[in-house]
Amino acid sequence: MISWRAIAVATLFAVAPALLAGEIPPDARRSGYTFMGPDTRAMQDDDTSNPGMLFVLDGEALWAKKTGSANRACADCHGDARSSMKGVAARYPAFDKAIGRPVTLDQRINLCRADHQQAAPLPYEDRELLALSAFVAHQSRGIPITAGDDPQAKPFVAQGRALFMQREGQLNLACTNCHDDNFDKRLAGAPITQGQPTGYPLYRLEWQTLGSLERRLRSCMTGVRAQAYDYGSPELVALELYLMSRARGLPMETPAVRP
Amino acid sequence: MIALSLALAASARAEELLPYTIVNDGIPASLTGAPGDVARGRALVLARTTTCILCHSGPFPETRFQGDLAPDLTGAGNRWSASQLRLRLVDASRFNPDTIMPSYYRADGLVRVGRNFAGKPILSAAEIEDIVAFLATLRD
Repeated sequence: MISWRAIAVATLFAVAPALLAGEIPPDARRSGYTFMGPDTRAMQDDDTSNPGMLFVLDGEALWAKKTGSANRACADCHGDARSSMKGVAARYPAFDKAIGRPVTLDQRINLCRADHQQAAPLPYEDRELLALSAFVAHQSRGIPITAGDDPQAKPFVAQGRALFMQREGQLNLACTNCHDDNFDKRLAGAPITQGQPTGYPLYRLEWQTLGSLERRLRSCMTGVRAQAYDYGSPELVALELYLMSRARGLPMETPAVRP
Repeated sequence: MIALSLALAASARAEELLPYTIVNDGIPASLTGAPGDVARGRALVLARTTTCILCHSGPFPETRFQGDLAPDLTGAGNRWSASQLRLRLVDASRFNPDTIMPSYYRADGLVRVGRNFAGKPILSAAEIEDIVAFLATLRD
């Protein structure tokens, strides 16, 4: 269970860069949790009723399971995730020096599989990949988001911000039109959130499963009748990075529950 | 006169769109040349795929899921003439370039439109006429 007093304190001390027009100031940033009804909040708060915890448990088992032709488990290099993975997801997507661009947590897991386990990559939204991502991100629950602070990531944050501000699709709407300018209002009866990605991968009741931030972004793009970017595309990674930097200071909630 | 020639130039680019003539702050003539159907217009306003009801609310007691991002449609027929309603549906950005209301009868100047929607306006000319006819009846 997350203490909202801790969030307020974390937000207060977050050192944020100068805000650009239309952006949400740090002390007004709100998790999607605050837009939900009491039933959905209760489902997230109680680990025994949070369906995302089943994925976290699966991920814990996979963490220790040897795989690939190297016959090596995540734990063989990283040890106990409770300490080695603590705070890691709050910094993702993170700049990868070898490939010269940011990678998401899902991509990092697959890079690790390729480089150190000699295992085939897991497909996006695959249950095992979501479970591993959820287990790793769960080790950051309660830790304030700091993704995008790395100076090398800045050009990609800027790219993501430009995409966030870009009107697109047949309905000609940008992310910012709803999630900066109209949060708290209702779209077809449902509250519009700020789009702060604090709890991914998260369990969405509409999906009846866990899903990634990329799945959510693609669904929003389809909603404005735009051609969605492919999973893992540089554009989606940049958007994800911008969104995480925009949520700076908010605590991680993985696995969150959303309607 | 300038507005008129601009409108003709703009609508000539997207071939399948019927040309229309803007006079002052409206389009006085029906896009199809025929009057719209009020009952069909009401059904279209309430259909989620048409998108009106996602942002607007109105005097529709049977519809639970209405939006509040845009003005309540109650009394729209008092506030606007059919000519004004038609231009607001066709291209609301003409009145406010920052509006979140899509231009329902435009197919150019858009970015990354989904494959199934590329080159098509959100609504057909006949659908616009049906909606205009219905909105004009919303009088207090």
